[in-house]
Amino acid sequence: MTAAGNPDLAIELRGISKAFGPVQANKDISIQVRRGTIHGIIGENGAGKSTLMSILYGFYKADAGEVLIGGKPTPIPDSQAAIDAGIGMVFQHFKLVENFTVLENVILGAEDGALLKPSLAKARKLLKKLADDYEMDVDPDAIIEDLGVGQQQRVEILKALYREADILILDEPTGVLTPAEADHLFRILEGLRAEGKTIILITHKLREIMDITDTVSVMRRGEMTATVKTADTSPEELAELMVGRKVLLRVDKVPATPGKVILEVENLRVVDDQKVERLRGIDLTIRAGEVLGIAGVSGNGQSELLEVLGGYARGTGTIRMNGQEIDLTGTASDARTRRDRGIAHVPEDRQREGLIMDYRAWENVGFGYHHDDRFNSGMFMDNAAMRRDCVEKMERFDVRPPDPTLAAKNFSGGNQQKVVLAREIERNPDLLLIGQPTRGVDIGAIEFIHEQIIALRDQGKAILLVSVELDEIMALSDRIAVMFDGCIMGERLPSETDANELGLMMAGMTGKGAAA
Amino acid sequence: MNDALPKWADILLIPFINLVLALVVSGFVVALIGKDPFEALYILVNGSVGSAYGWGYTLFYATNFIFTGLGVAVAFHARMFNIGGEGQAALGGLGVALVLLWVPWPHWTVALVAASLGAAVFGAAWAAIPAYLQARRGSHIVITTIMFNFIASALMVYLLSRVLLVPGAGGSPETARFAEAVRLPNAYDVLPWMGFSRSTPLNISFFLALASCVFVWALIWRTRLGYEIRAFGHSEPAALYAGISPFRITMTAMLISGALIGLMATNSVMGEAERLVIDPVQGAGFVGIAVALMGRSHPVGVFLAALLFGALYQGGGELTFEMNGMTREIILVIQALVILFTGALDNMVRAPIERIFLTAGRRPQPTLPTSPLPSDGDPKDSKVEP
Repeated sequence: MTAAGNPDLAIELRGISKAFGPVQANKDISIQVRRGTIHGIIGENGAGKSTLMSILYGFYKADAGEVLIGGKPTPIPDSQAAIDAGIGMVFQHFKLVENFTVLENVILGAEDGALLKPSLAKARKLLKKLADDYEMDVDPDAIIEDLGVGQQQRVEILKALYREADILILDEPTGVLTPAEADHLFRILEGLRAEGKTIILITHKLREIMDITDTVSVMRRGEMTATVKTADTSPEELAELMVGRKVLLRVDKVPATPGKVILEVENLRVVDDQKVERLRGIDLTIRAGEVLGIAGVSGNGQSELLEVLGGYARGTGTIRMNGQEIDLTGTASDARTRRDRGIAHVPEDRQREGLIMDYRAWENVGFGYHHDDRFNSGMFMDNAAMRRDCVEKMERFDVRPPDPTLAAKNFSGGNQQKVVLAREIERNPDLLLIGQPTRGVDIGAIEFIHEQIIALRDQGKAILLVSVELDEIMALSDRIAVMFDGCIMGERLPSETDANELGLMMAGMTGKGAAA
Repeated sequence: MNDALPKWADILLIPFINLVLALVVSGFVVALIGKDPFEALYILVNGSVGSAYGWGYTLFYATNFIFTGLGVAVAFHARMFNIGGEGQAALGGLGVALVLLWVPWPHWTVALVAASLGAAVFGAAWAAIPAYLQARRGSHIVITTIMFNFIASALMVYLLSRVLLVPGAGGSPETARFAEAVRLPNAYDVLPWMGFSRSTPLNISFFLALASCVFVWALIWRTRLGYEIRAFGHSEPAALYAGISPFRITMTAMLISGALIGLMATNSVMGEAERLVIDPVQGAGFVGIAVALMGRSHPVGVFLAALLFGALYQGGGELTFEMNGMTREIILVIQALVILFTGALDNMVRAPIERIFLTAGRRPQPTLPTSPLPSDGDPKDSKVEP
C-alpha cells in the first residue's frame, strides 16, 4: 500500500490516527508540505495540533498512518529518528540548560566525541556563519539564563540547524515575544525559507498565519478540516473553519461612560523574594464603567500587579478602593479581605490559581467564597447549596458539559475559564481584575468571554484587564496602559494609537511616560 | 481522584491485587529459606483471624494503626509528609501517663476523656514545632519530624530513667502502674461470650479509633477547614489566591495529625501496658505511613489497611512461634514487601488496570455526551470540548 511519494514534498502524512483511551486526538490526518515553504497549522486548543507534531517528532506512536519525508516512507519511533530525518523542533517551552552557555546548549546531545573542544570550535564557526546569513546573532558564550526569551528562542533554532535540520517545526513561537521580536523571528524564518528549508508553524494566531505562511492547514477536533493557500483565504474564513461556525472577530461595544473613581493606585512597589523590584512605582486610576487594559510582554510586572491588588503578594504604596485605603502589609491583607472589599479576580493562570484541578466543578464554584453564608450551614459546608449554585452558573454561562460532578481538569480551557468567570462575577464586585482572559481558550469561548467583560463594564463595574494579546487589549480596553520592566510606560486611548506604537512602548523604547 | 477507574476498583481492587502480588513474592522468599509457603500462609492467616485470641491481638494492633494512619492521612491531605508518628505517639503516651498518674480518677470513663485529651495535646504539641518551622522558616517537614522522633526517644529515656522512674522498681525504666480504677474494659469485659481471653489487649479504645475515622471523614469532606486543607494540598498558589493562609493550614493540619497519632496511646499505654514503658510505640508511627498510603488517605481505606497490617503483625508473631526458622527478620521482609507493593509499586498495577477499564468502558456509551479531546498542552490529559 506504500506508494512512493513525491520527492518535492518535504513532509507527507498519510492517514495519521491517534487515540488516547477513548479520546481520538488525531483522526485520519493527511497533509502535504512542499519543500521550501512555510506551512501553518492552525486550530483551537485541543484540536490535536500538538499531538500531530509529537507524532512527527517521535514522542508518540501513531495508531495508523505513515510519515513520508522527502517522498520516502520514514518510521519515526523516537526523537533521534526524527532528528536523523532532518526534523528540528522548537518547543513552546524551551528545552535549554539554563546555566550552560549558548554553545554548550547547541552541541548538547550532538557532541562529536568524548572531548568537547572540537565540537565547540565547530559550533562556534557555524554559529558565526548563521549569524551572518540570517541576522541571528547571539553571543556564543552567554549563559542562557542571562538571555531574553527572544534570544533563547534563537538558540533553539540554532540547535536545530546545528543538527542539520531541513524541516523546522515551531510550536506557538510568538507567545512570549514582543511584536518587534516576533517580526525579527519572521524575518529569520523567511531567510531560512529562501535557503530551501521547510517550516511548519503551529499557532492559534490568525494574523501570523496571514502574515507569513504560504499554505495553511486548519484542524478541528482531531481532524484536518482544510488545507488552503494563504493568499486565497481570509482570517474570517480561517476562524470559521477552526470553530465550525461564523465567528465575530471584533467586539461590539458602545463607548464607555466612566463614572466615579473605583480604584486608585499610587506609587505601588513590589520586591520579590530575590530582592528584585518587580513593580517600580505604579500609578493607576480606574473608574466605574470602564476597562483599563494593561498591555505588555509577559514578565514585566503584570502578574505582580494582579497579585498585589488581589491580596496575595506584599507591596508598598497606596491603594484606595472606593476612596478607602487598603492595608497592604497587615496580617489581614489577604485575598479574602480583598473579596470583601469588592475586588473579584480572574487570575492569569486558572489551572494553577483559579481552580483546584482535582476538585469537582461544584467544589470550585465556592472557591475563595467558601466563607460565604450561602455555602455554609453550622459546622459543615453546605455542599448541596454549592451544587445548586454550580448548576445555575453552568446554565447561565453555557459551560459544557453541564456536569457539576466533573473534575475541573476534565473541562476544556474555555469552559474552565467560564467557571472562574461565573464565580467571580457572581458576587457583584465593584472591580474585576482579569488576567489573560482568553489564554488557552477556544475561539468560540473567546467571543463569549469578551461579551461578558463588556457586559460587566456596561453595568458600571471597573475592570482591570491584563493581557499579552495586543489584539485583545485593543478590542476591549477604553484606555490602554503599557507596562515594561515594572513601570507604566504611558497611557493611550485605543482610538489614538496602533499596534506599532504600543509595540515600541512594550519594548521599553518610547512613550511619554519614559521620556518624562 | 482518578476518573479512569470506578471508585471500588481504586479503593478495593487495586490494593487487593497489590496484596496478592506481595504475598506471592513473600511465598518465594519463604520457599527460598526452605519452608513451605502454604503452611506459612495458613499459620499467618489462622494466627491472626482464625481465633478469638488472634482477633484480639489483630484488632489491638489495628487500633494503633488506625490512629497513626489517620494522622498521617490528614497531613497527606495538606500535602505534608508527617513521618514523626513515632515521636508524636510516644509523647501522647507521656501525656496519658501524666494525666493518669497525677490525678486519682474515680472511674475509667472520665479518665479516658482526660487521657485522650492529654494524649492529643502532647501529640499535637510534638507536631507543632516541626509544623511551625515548616510554615515560617520553610524547614522541610520530613526532615524535622524524623529528627523529632529521635529527640522524643531520647526525652522518653531520660524521663523514664530519671524522673518518672518508680522508686525501688527493678531497674527497668518505666512508670508505676496506673490505678485499677482507670483500667479500660477489654474485649473480655465487654463481649464475654465472644471467647476473648481475660488478658486480651483489645480494649474499648477500639471504638475511639472508629469514632476518629468518622471524625476525619467529616473534617476532610464536610467542613470548611477540610475544604481548605484539601485545596492547600492540591495547590498552594490556588490557596493563596482564595485567601487561605498557608501558615494556618500547615499548623492546623499538623496539629490535628499529631493529636490523632497521640491518641494511639489510649490504646497502647492506657489500654494495654497500663503504665508507660520505654518505646510504647513499637513502630506503629511508621506503619501508619504505609496504612495511610494504602488506604488512599480515606478513613475507610485507612481502617481496612490498618486491619490488614494488624493481621500481618499478629500473624507474623504467630509465625515466629509456630514455624522453626521463621525469624523476626523474615516477618519484617514480608511486611516490607506488603508496604512495597501497596505503597511504592502502586502504579505498576494501576496502569494496566486502568487500561483494562478504559477498553472495557469504550464499548458501553462513554459517560460524556461529546467525545473529549486532549488539550494541546498535555495530550494525555483528556479535556471535554464544547
